[in-house]
Parts: sequence; structure tokens; C-alpha cells
Amino acid sequence: MLKQTPLNAKHHEANAKLVDFSGWEMPIHYGSQVEEHHFVRNDAGMFDVSHMLPVDIKGVGTRAFLRKLVANNIDKLQTTGRALYTCMLHEGGGVVDDLIVYFMSESWFRLVVNAGCADKDLAWMEVQREKLAPKLSITPRRDLAMIAIQGPNAATKLWAAMPGTRELAEAMKPFHAVVVGEMFVARTGYTGEDGFEVMVPNKAAPFFWQALLEAGVKPCGLGARDTLRLEAGMNLYGQDMDEGVTPFDSGLAWTVDMSGERDFIGKDALSRLPRNRQLVGLKLLDRGVLRGHQSVFTALGEGEITSGSFSPTLNGSVALARVPVGIKVGDTVEVDIRGKRMKAAVVKYPFVRNGKALV
Amino acid sequence: MSIPADLKYTKSHEWARLEADGGVSVGITHHAQELLGDMVFVETPTVGRKLVAGEECAVVESVKAASDVYSPIAGEVLAGNGDLEGAPESINQDPYAAWMFRLKPDNVTALDGLMDATAYAAHVESEAH
Repeated sequence: MLKQTPLNAKHHEANAKLVDFSGWEMPIHYGSQVEEHHFVRNDAGMFDVSHMLPVDIKGVGTRAFLRKLVANNIDKLQTTGRALYTCMLHEGGGVVDDLIVYFMSESWFRLVVNAGCADKDLAWMEVQREKLAPKLSITPRRDLAMIAIQGPNAATKLWAAMPGTRELAEAMKPFHAVVVGEMFVARTGYTGEDGFEVMVPNKAAPFFWQALLEAGVKPCGLGARDTLRLEAGMNLYGQDMDEGVTPFDSGLAWTVDMSGERDFIGKDALSRLPRNRQLVGLKLLDRGVLRGHQSVFTALGEGEITSGSFSPTLNGSVALARVPVGIKVGDTVEVDIRGKRMKAAVVKYPFVRNGKALV
Repeated sequence: MSIPADLKYTKSHEWARLEADGGVSVGITHHAQELLGDMVFVETPTVGRKLVAGEECAVVESVKAASDVYSPIAGEVLAGNGDLEGAPESINQDPYAAWMFRLKPDNVTALDGLMDATAYAAHVESEAH
């Protein structure tokens, strides 16, 4: 039996095509994935991301606990509401999950973790809590639904849908969050566009969704979410990284703070492991579509595509690929597409940001 | 769901149409394009290639996934539909007009071995459960 979000009935009403996503019945599209993609790049779309799990860590010493728990440096969070993207590693340096941490107060940090990782994340955090900070509380917030409103018109349409949000959220910078009554409004997202991720109590979610619909925000499925995040050069857990690779193998060195005395879980392993792989962007030069797990042949050895797709914005195919260190932007590589070697250029990513093609 | 009565169908969701000149056009069904979603790439077989029934001979790729297309019957490829290269979305818009390739059938009676619209509708229904 698949789990359902509080918005399940709204998806059925909108004739969504629903699929099993990490044990959740989720919309893959509402008709056309490509149209939904363009709508987010050009206007404003919304995604039900209630399958993702908010987790509240509360108590004195939460910051010290997070200093140890995650690979990015929690001390970068000094102003209320500020968010930080980070990986949580195991001792061997592999990625348990990637997540966002919001700093709400010294005794309240909110994490948002992936749906498919939620159970193991909670178990992992619980083990660490017992060991390091038994007085803290870790509370999964399954009572909250989450809607991502994304696109250049996301802000004005959110203000229209929810009177009162404008006053509190308008001045908010990207990567910050604010509590508005029972709502938690964060200026974050997974599309490369301006936008918000809003958490509301489960029972309020269908009303909020309806208000957004009436404000002209188009429902978008996880299909468009995937092509949008790939164009934006954002990693997807389970494809671009997992427990078998480190953040350094996965284009996430920028999220790991190795500096100073701070010890975090996985730091020792990261300092010792050879860094011989890297994540690069690829743009297909021949005809076809790059897909995950296709082999990549380079002058320095083989690699593998971790995420690949047709890019609706670029009207071509792009991918993230794990290849040997030493391969550089401007190099040409070959990709095995169903038995044929096709040429691809190594390019900088993100491929698209704020509606504009960058490659 | 639209399943034209004048076409023949395969279990792998291709349609086949006997043309006035004796050639057979092949495409994928409405049901197939709906499953795959927005089409972004089509690869058709080279002209002159000889195909056996059920042979993998073309590829359609949607944003979501790649899918092989199989020849419904044996024959020689007369043409690939070059228009699809620039407009793969026409498969979504009008799957029964968007033929992928044309065959000169080895034996035109092979079409009789394929499903008619009623049988295909039942096949689609059975796969849904």
C-alpha cells in the first residue's frame, strides 16, 4: 500500500498520472511534463513535496550536535531563518543523505530530508543523539505538508494566494525561512528559479493548494522537478550520490568544510581517501538522449553518467557524469548510447539558471 | 481511448496500416505514447534494412525513458519518417498519423496474425490490471 500525501485527492482531481516514488503515490505529471517544465521557467508552478520529511531538532546544544552530524559547517548559520545545504556522512565518508538545515533559534533547528532516506536518517540521527547529545529531542514532522512554489512569478502569486505572506516574506533573502503563524515559509527550491518551499499543517494543505491554483500557479509533477533540477545542476540522492561515494566524488566539495578543528562524522575518512573522481556536466553533441548509468569514455579512463535527460530549456540532452579527475571543461568524451559511441562536450554546470541557458 | 478500427496492433503497442500501394506503415499507439509521455527523440531504421517480425528496429525516447519499437511483420524498410526528427512531439499529438517507418511486407497476409482494434483494447485493459 503506497503512502499518500494530504494532497492526494487534489492530484486525482487534476487527473495527475500517479506513480510509486519511494513508497509514496506521487504525481509524475498532470498531462505534459515538458509544459510543466516551461511553466516553472517562465511563470510559476507548484510541486507537492510532502513526501519529504521535516525533522525538528530541539534543545540546548543543538548547534554543537549538528556541528558533528553534518559535513557542512553549521556555524555558517548565524542569522535567524538562514538555511544551509549539506550532506550527512557515515564514518567512511559515504553520503547517508543530503538535506537542508534551517536555523530557527539556538534550541531549534529544522532539517528537511529525502523521502526515500527518511527512515534510515531518523535511525542514524537517533544513534548519534544517544551517543553525543542524549538530552536533545529529534521529532519527525509527518503532521506537516510541503508545497514548493517555483518560478519567476512565484513570489507575486504566493502573495496573492495567501494574504499576509507578503509582509513577512517579501524582504526575505534567498535561502532563508520565516515562520508565519502555522506556516513555515522558506525561500528555497530545487529548480534553479526563485521560489518558496512552504510547510503547512496537513489539514490545511488542500486549501492552500486550491488558493495557489486560483492564483494561477500550475501543478507540476516530479517529472518536471527532475528535469528542472538537472538543468539547475542540483544533485539527486540515489543517482548522483549515495552511501558508496563521497561528496568529493559527487560535485559537492563546496558543501564540505574540512577547515579548522571542527570534527564531523566522516571527516577523517574524507581526509584520507584518494580524490580520483569528480562530477562534471556533459552536453550531447550527437543526436540522442543521455541517461543515468550510460558509460562514459574519456582520455583518462571510463566514467558513468549519474543523471541524464533531455533538457526542455536547451532542447538538447545534458547529464551529470562521474569521471576521472583531470578531465576538464572543453574536453570531448564519448558516451555509450545503446551500443553506439556518441560525442559529448564536458561543460560547466548549472546548465540553466533563472530561466537562462548557460551552456 | 482511441483505437482506430482500420489498423492492426501488436502486443508491444505498435500499429500497422496497409497502404493503397501495398506498403505497410508502422507507428506506436496512443496508449504507448501516453505511457511514455513527451517525446523528444526518434530513431528510424535505415532504408533497405530487412526485418523479421518482432525485430527491434527503431527507438522512441520521451523525456522519461527510451523505448524500443519492434517490427510487427517481416519486410524490407521502404522509408523512415524524417519529419519526426524535428518534431517528435507529433507522436504525442497524433500517434496514428505519425508513422515511423514503411515496410514492403514479405507476405502481406502476416497482418492477419496481428490484433484488431477490439483485441488490442482488451490487451491494453489486461495490462492495466
